[in-house]
Parts: sequence; structure tokens; C-alpha cells
Amino acid sequence: MTKVTLTVNGQTVEKDIADNRLLVELLREDVGLTGTHVGCDTSQCGACVVHVNGKAVKSCTMLALEAEGAEVVTIEGLAKEGALHPVQEAFRDHHGLQCGFCTPGMIMSSVDIIRRNPELDEQMVRAELEGNICRCTGYQGIVKAVLAAADVLKKEAV
Amino acid sequence: MYAFSFKRAASIEEAAALFKGGDDPQYLAGGQTLIPTLKQRLAAPSDLIEINRIEGLKGIGEEEGAIVIGAGVTHAEVAASDLVRARLPGLAALAGEIGDPQVRHRGTLGGSVANNDPAADYPAGVLALDAEIRTAQRSIPADDYFQGMFETALEEGELITSVAFKVPEKSAYAKFPNPASRYAMVGVYVAKFADGVRVAVTGAGPGVFRVPEIEAALSKDFTEAALAGISVSAEGLNSDLHGSADYRAHLVGVMARRAVAS
Ligand SMILES: Cc1cc2nc3c(=O)[nH]c(=O)nc-3n(C[C@H](O)[C@H](O)[C@H](O)COP(=O)(O)OP(=O)(O)OC[C@H]3O[C@@H](n4cnc5c(N)ncnc54)[C@H](O)[C@@H]3O)c2cc1C
Ligand code: FES
Ligand code: FES
Repeated sequence: MTKVTLTVNGQTVEKDIADNRLLVELLREDVGLTGTHVGCDTSQCGACVVHVNGKAVKSCTMLALEAEGAEVVTIEGLAKEGALHPVQEAFRDHHGLQCGFCTPGMIMSSVDIIRRNPELDEQMVRAELEGNICRCTGYQGIVKAVLAAADVLKKEAV
Repeated sequence: MYAFSFKRAASIEEAAALFKGGDDPQYLAGGQTLIPTLKQRLAAPSDLIEINRIEGLKGIGEEEGAIVIGAGVTHAEVAASDLVRARLPGLAALAGEIGDPQVRHRGTLGGSVANNDPAADYPAGVLALDAEIRTAQRSIPADDYFQGMFETALEEGELITSVAFKVPEKSAYAKFPNPASRYAMVGVYVAKFADGVRVAVTGAGPGVFRVPEIEAALSKDFTEAALAGISVSAEGLNSDLHGSADYRAHLVGVMARRAVAS
């Protein structure tokens, strides 16, 4: 067992964990934040995407000990004071989800995509969502939601 | 995953020392190949030595006629680097096409080059750009470094510290990705130097290789038309559920033309 200390959604977390514990296991099982999902566990589907020091990563493909000292944000950390994040709001408005299993990862990836790309078009959104798989929606609503949220966030920034 | 003991190296020297002290140790860089491998129980190292925090493996710089990229630099950092985009746009584009954004945020140049997956993208860029693979001990020319499927000239425990890429007059990478995995079905990197053209192919065979016929034709005449009559032999190329050896041989020609055209 090794001690790991990190910040999750702004709160300090300190746990004794096995060296081979994955970040997603730490988040779901030790911290109790089950919004982050495990779809494939083979680094393909993106259901487990969280932000580590501001970058979207697959938490099933990172050891918890690699996050020592890091700032981690999960889907639970997006809404502020009860108000949904603009990307969450846009997914609801544009039918960006059906069963919702892929949604936490989709939204964490989308927030990262919008942050990295000041100008986005449909083609770019589709390419950037390469690492996130949805078995329900056919992606149309998701792409619309990301573009709509990008507009909202751009206006908020001015 | 089997149990292992996690060690954190703060410097190149410490990484080497931790490696020496381990039973059956392995370096852990971005983990985008190694962690999936561990999950499938295809490897059972005693110790994983984290090298991601080593400052000496980071950074992108310029030396006489070469761009030097630290082994610990991520694919996303290479794709976004102003220096790489200006001097080696083909390599920046290659890095930006690896896997998906999440993989690019963690995966590193050193990890990809050390692993030498037959369908990985970087080996094509490293070989075509006549790069030097620099380790803690020595410098290895790309022509001697890649030795077939997952095989390299690295000795046990030898740590890649950086890769120095020669800057050509022009270069481009054209990739036909496997639509599911994003790895290269066939990827062709074409680099035009003052004294000749180097062409490296990944994904098609058991390891990255150069194509002398295409190099000779392009060295004479650097146009798509120069490749018109050239066909690549399918012998020794990969045949699997994604495509036959003939199909891959055909793709080598197509991708080479696309690389030259761009
Ligand atoms: C979903 C997915 C899609 C992908 N798609 C592509 C793709 O399209 N194209 C592509 O090329 N790759 C692809 N990859 C692989 C990715 O590029 C990896 O990042 C890369 O192959 C390994 O780099 P890493 O830093 O993650 O290394 P790790 O996984 O940490 O290590 C890989 C191996 O290299 C060794 N190693 C690492 N660093 C060093 C060093 N500095 N010196 C010596 N040995 C070292 C390790 O011990 C280990 O054996 C994909 C991966 C995933 C999960
Ligand atoms: S659960 Fe991590 S990528 Fe699918
Ligand atoms: S909404 Fe069901 S998998 Fe995406």
C-alpha cells in the first residue's frame, strides 16, 4: 500500500491504495464518485474521461499513483452552485444523450475540446470526439450540443 | 493487473538506479501502451518506474540542422509546438493524428519509439527524418535502431532521453488509419533532403521499413508522376482481417503519392 494525495473537484483526497490501483477505481470506489464510468476498460470508449491538471485523460488508463499531487476534475465537479455547466445544459437541450452511459466522458471531453479550440466547426468536433464512443445517439445531438455550448462559452468569455 | 511496486524517478540517474535495483522492472511513461498491456496480463513487471516527472526528458529545442524532442514530450505537445510546426510540419501532423486527444495528452515520443509497434506512427517519422535516438548512454541512428516487430537496438534498462530529427527541405506523412484502432493500416513518411529522399513505411510490414525504389524515383523527380510506374511487392507484408498483403502493398503507393502531393 502506498499513500496518494491529490485534489478531486477542489477537495483534498488522501488514501492508502494498492500500487496497481487505477485512477478510475480510486475515484469510483475509494472516493465514491461514480459519475465517471467504465465502458470498456481497454482505453477505447472514453466513458472514463476526467481532467488531470486541466487535460482530458482516460482514467482507466492511468494509475492512481500517477495522479499524486494532481488536480482532478470529474463530471461531479462541473456544476457550480446547483447550476449545470453550459456543456451539460447543451447536452440536455440538444438531445446529446439517450441512455446516458457515455455522457460523463462525452461531457468531460467536450469541455476540454472547447477549451483547446477557440474556433470549432462540425468536422473538428467529430475528429476531436474520436476517443469517445456512444452506442445510442448516432452522435448528431452530441455534435450539435458541443457546437452550441462552444458558442455560449465564447459569449460568456467576452 | 498483477501486483507490482510503483517507483517514482526524479532524474535520469535515479531512473537507471531504480531499474538496476529491480527484479524485473519496467519504465512507465504515458502508460498508453503499457497499462492496457498490464491489464491484459501480457506483462508482469516487479516494479514500474514512473519517468513522467523527469525534467531532463522534457522540452523541444533546436540544434544545428536538427529538432531535438525530449522522450517525455507528449504527442499533444509535439502537435501543438510552434517550433515543430514551423520546421517539421509533417511530424507535427503525424503526432496530431495518433489515437485520440486523451491518448495524445499522455502518450510520449519515447514510449512510442521504445515500444516500436509495427503499426505505430512515430517510427515512420523517425526513420524518414534520419533521426538519432539518444539514450542515457549513446546515440543510435534510426537506420540501426528499428529491428522488426517490437524489437529495437535498446539494451535492457537503456532509457531514451530524446530524439534528434534532421530538418529536411520538405516532408509529409500520409496515413490510412484503421478506422477502429486509429493505428496505421499503412502510413508513409516522405522526407526530401538536399542530397536525396527518404521514405519510411509503417503498418504494412512486421516493422517500419524504407522503400528504395520510391526513394530513387523521388530523388530524381520529386513529383507524384514519378511514382506512376512503381509498384511495391506484397511479399513479407502483413495480411490480417483488416487487409491483405496485396491491399497493403497498394496502399503504400497511394499513401506515398498523397504524401508527395501534400
Ligand atoms: C486507444 C489508443 C489508440 C492509439 N492509437 C495510436 C495510433 O494511432 N498511433 C500510434 O502510433 N500509437 C497509438 N497508440 C499508442 C500510443 O501512441 C502510446 O502512447 C505509445 O505507443 C506509447 O507511449 P507511452 O508514453 O504511453 O508509453 P508507455 O505505455 O508508458 O510505455 C511503452 C513501453 O515503452 C517503454 N518506455 C517508455 N518510455 C521509455 C523511454 N524513455 N526509454 C525507454 N523505454 C521507454 C516502457 O517501459 C514500455 O515498455 C494508441 C494507444 C491507445 C490507448
Ligand atoms: S473505460 Fe476507459 S476508455 Fe473505456
Ligand atoms: S447515450 Fe447511450 S451510449 Fe451514449
